[in-house]
Amino acid sequence: MARTPTLELAPRIADEVRRTTCYMCACRCGIEVHLKDGRVRHIEGNRDHPVNRGVLCAKGASGVMQHNAPSRLRAPLLRTGPRGSGAMREISWDEAMDLAVGWLAPLRATAPEKLAFFTGRDQSQSLTGWWAQMFGTPNFAAHGGFCSVNMAAAGIYTLGGAFWEFGAPDWERSRLHVMFGVAEDHDSNPIKIGLGRLKARGTRVIAVNPVRTGYAAIADDWIAITPGSDGLLILALAQELLRAGRIDLDYLARWTDAGILVDGREGPTKGLYLRDAEGRPLVRDRRQGAPVPWEAAGAAPDLARGWVADGVEHRPVFRHLADRLLDPAHAPEAVAGRCGVPAARIRALAAELAAAAFDAPLSLPRPWTDFRGERHAEMVGRPVSFHAMRGIAAHANGFQTARALHVLQCLLGAVEAPGGMRFKPPCPRPAAAQPRPHGMQGPGRPLAGPPLGFPLGPEDLLVDAEGRPQRLDKAFSWEAPLAVHGIMHMVIANAHAGDPYPVDTLFFYMANMAWNSSMNTAATMGMLADRRPDGEYVIPHIICADAYSSEMVAYSDLVLPDTTYLERHDCISLLDRPISEPEAMADSIRWPVVAPERPGHAGVRPFQSVLLDLGARLGLPGMVREDGSPRYRDYADYMVNHERRPGIGPLAGWRGDGSAGGRGAPNPGQLDRYIANGGFWQAHVPDGAAFFKPWNRAWQDWATAMGLQDRPTPYPFALWVEPLRRFQLAAEGHGPRQPPAHLRDRIRRYLDPLPFWHPPPGAEEAEAAGAGAFPLHALTQRPMPMYHSWGSQNAWLRQILGQNLLFLPEELWRSEGFAAGDWAHVTSPHGTITVPVAPMAAQNAATVWTWNAIGKRAGAWALDPAAPEATGGFLLNHLIGELLPDRGDGRRWSNSDPVTGQAAWFDLRVRVTRAGPGASLAPAFPAQASPVGRGPDRVLHGSDWR
Amino acid sequence: MTALPARTEKSLGLVIDLDTCVGCQACVTSCKEWNSASGTHLPLADLDPYGASPRGSFLNRVHSFEVVPAAGPAVVVHFPRSCLHCADAPCVTVCPTGASWKRAEDGIVLVDEGACIGCGLCAWACPYGARELDGAAGVMKKCTLCVDRIGNPNLPAADRVPACVKACPTGARHFGDLADPASAVSRLVAEREGFALMPEQGTRPVNRYLPPRPRGPAGAAPLAPAAAAAPGGFLGWLDRALDRL
Repeated sequence: MARTPTLELAPRIADEVRRTTCYMCACRCGIEVHLKDGRVRHIEGNRDHPVNRGVLCAKGASGVMQHNAPSRLRAPLLRTGPRGSGAMREISWDEAMDLAVGWLAPLRATAPEKLAFFTGRDQSQSLTGWWAQMFGTPNFAAHGGFCSVNMAAAGIYTLGGAFWEFGAPDWERSRLHVMFGVAEDHDSNPIKIGLGRLKARGTRVIAVNPVRTGYAAIADDWIAITPGSDGLLILALAQELLRAGRIDLDYLARWTDAGILVDGREGPTKGLYLRDAEGRPLVRDRRQGAPVPWEAAGAAPDLARGWVADGVEHRPVFRHLADRLLDPAHAPEAVAGRCGVPAARIRALAAELAAAAFDAPLSLPRPWTDFRGERHAEMVGRPVSFHAMRGIAAHANGFQTARALHVLQCLLGAVEAPGGMRFKPPCPRPAAAQPRPHGMQGPGRPLAGPPLGFPLGPEDLLVDAEGRPQRLDKAFSWEAPLAVHGIMHMVIANAHAGDPYPVDTLFFYMANMAWNSSMNTAATMGMLADRRPDGEYVIPHIICADAYSSEMVAYSDLVLPDTTYLERHDCISLLDRPISEPEAMADSIRWPVVAPERPGHAGVRPFQSVLLDLGARLGLPGMVREDGSPRYRDYADYMVNHERRPGIGPLAGWRGDGSAGGRGAPNPGQLDRYIANGGFWQAHVPDGAAFFKPWNRAWQDWATAMGLQDRPTPYPFALWVEPLRRFQLAAEGHGPRQPPAHLRDRIRRYLDPLPFWHPPPGAEEAEAAGAGAFPLHALTQRPMPMYHSWGSQNAWLRQILGQNLLFLPEELWRSEGFAAGDWAHVTSPHGTITVPVAPMAAQNAATVWTWNAIGKRAGAWALDPAAPEATGGFLLNHLIGELLPDRGDGRRWSNSDPVTGQAAWFDLRVRVTRAGPGASLAPAFPAQASPVGRGPDRVLHGSDWR
Repeated sequence: MTALPARTEKSLGLVIDLDTCVGCQACVTSCKEWNSASGTHLPLADLDPYGASPRGSFLNRVHSFEVVPAAGPAVVVHFPRSCLHCADAPCVTVCPTGASWKRAEDGIVLVDEGACIGCGLCAWACPYGARELDGAAGVMKKCTLCVDRIGNPNLPAADRVPACVKACPTGARHFGDLADPASAVSRLVAEREGFALMPEQGTRPVNRYLPPRPRGPAGAAPLAPAAAAAPGGFLGWLDRALDRL
């Protein structure tokens, strides 16, 4: 007899469901938080939300374990022991704020640049950047410089949009999708949803990646490229397409600078666009045989022939580009060895791209009118899409590699055409329409504009008369002219060295710079704790704001404890990096779905409110009223009432009387409307404006009406990046601002206006050590269930991945006689570590890799010091110098992309040898004392409600 | 010792697409969360959760395997593993107390935690390793197909699916009645040649897996150098092509 016990099958688990925004990574999905008795019982995805449409990743679904983590800070902390020891005592908020003001106020009055304020995984950069601006320090940036600034900068300078934050594949219409070097870097759920859509249709997916895990594992084809050579592969693909005549000439002529004439005259204008008296770039009209403005109605740009004037030929951009691409160095056979990809595979991939783009017509029956006034009966698609992220970005040739990829997209006509890459509002927005970086105005004075921006030439650099950097991280200097996200990985090293000048206070928000977010971690910890002969610290003050007991907390003199993501207001703003999708302009909020309670302690406060409070106490412009009282009660007040320009505030939804989107006066009821709508606002892009946006009148008018821009701003995609050429001209001796002698060759070489490939300097250095000295490439990738250092404090996630291994290619495993359970010594030009290893077949044969940020320092994150994260988990960071070795010129270059300053994590080269029996983790560090104690010995989530 | 129903009206189960699963573990934690929080069963305990040997019970785990084919490069397959709700469930018939049971109406295999003595015979009998003994409660834990979601009128209709199915970001997990040949899941199994796991064990599992599609190059022929080989080379081709625009 079958049994039929009775069960309660219709539990009502919540008193209330509150909808807010996830912060378990940078993806910013909509979540529904189920509350029972005022506490968090369950979190799931919000089906109405434009980012995740109801799904949720492993991290998001473990949010309750993050919210309840024993590593949560509970009160402001003051260091009582040596830096790094973790010895701290809890203090009151009044004492904490008084201390902070006491350190910062004199700096602002005398030398504001002596405050370096760097934020990590900050989703409020339009606030934090504005705060730095008002304080008057140029030394501000978030973590983009060690993340993916190469992708971001190359995208903006080439296309006026970039992957992830400002662009996405047309998942619904693509017929071929190619991914370069993507792991769980960004856009976690939208990429997974998109891949699922492709798979449901049986659309072919190709992964170009040294390692076949995650997304690459489900790709229909896998190209096991050797790290750092993606640019060569892309240039070879482009050559194949050119040689076959399989390129979209009409698209190139109409929408890119392919036809724009490049000034051929010797002198200070050589290589710049040829312009008319009104500054409009000129093309040679094929019908008239004479120059006309690119933007002129009816222009027929000649991509083949130049225009000769005064005996000088001005050739179109496309001729220069074709010369570059057709160079024999870019033939498939020529690149095959370095790429680790046979020439036949490269040829076949080029053929697949061409077939997908051109052989199966796709057009949407949507008439549209371009900015020249020409009507188009339909929107013609090129259904081949790409995505790329850190695998390309984190090399010192990543900017030019990302450039090459965007040029390839243009050759195929596959940007902003149906089936290709689509921009997300506020993009399209080209570099010229972005802000410039702003430098110091002097003591007590704010910067004249935001500290970060997009330089268009040497005049926008932040350097002094001798060419020396004005910023501590040397962003926007001749060493990294287009460092549009700053260079956070150089901040501690430069502060310690007093290069270019000493600073007084390092102020970090949500950045674990004493561990996994720094290169050369052991030395970095030493710099943070280093003392002068008089016993004082070399870096006098360190403040950090964080929600959890990270390794960085122990190195801070003062800790301002933040809330969890469920206890706070936030705005994911169109002024910053919003949640828009290609079909919708959108922004969102977080709000305190539960109150931040830390019984028995001074409590925690949302960092953004603390920052505004600090700003008011310092009397920063914009943060105080005329009578000196605080301008904003807290961050929520700022989100509603701050205006960057009249009618434009942090949140675009429900402005004015509540009916306005985009522009409008502040609305006191705005946050209630967001909350009622699930925490987000969106305005759908009209169908007729949804493609060809940079040139589509309907988009330009809609974007202007919505406040994304102040006037229609059509522009050509830049196959030839003129700002780069301006830097080259300076290096060639033109203009009032020229690089110092020792940087001229570097600027001339790397700031090439056309994409090119060069070996990353780190690789050159490894190769210079002799054949076989460092034969292997070493990489990390982010595991899908973890977000940087955060995952390990999560009781569920750490059970999925509590220790990392270094995966070795099978040939190496066999040839070196490795066996299961072995450890290995891994040596780079910078140092040696000893780590546990395992074999893997599905990876490039010259590559080793591991998961990033799993290793933890003993004592941090409220973990047992014997936790596997501390005894077996490891960082490759110890092998990566923030400076490259002296190459005989007495100088040590930053281990960064020479254009953007992007941290070149993935240029790492190593050799691996088997460690003998009894090996253990090296380097090992003494345990930090935990300011929050240890976690409990069991978790029974849900037990309170049975 | 415990009887199975002679037949079930429906055969509810999962169809898991191995061509699409990226191994992200969303199904693992969303399952753990709901099935701890809902209160229908005892929480899925985590012992030593911040220590040297964290051990918790999970109803669903994802394993990643490398497969090295005879020809071609190695492939990685992500394989989510949970109860398959077998028609001839040996975990039920082996149960000495009747705690393990299969519902007659829809075939879901459940554990009556009040009757479970934690003897572990069911886990031993299950060829799929789909059951875990909870370290705190001492009772056997297994996938319930979120029996307290799928018919729960307190949830929005769209959410009346297992937590793993709702969460799965790639849409690799499908839920439905595999006894109904017209159901979406049955059609998917038919179209994609879904298979039963280890049918030789004779347990007649309900869940199905969709196999990875064949991997490898598409076999595209290289492009003919139509432009490079044209009269006047690439520039000649370009000039003529521009005339045709």
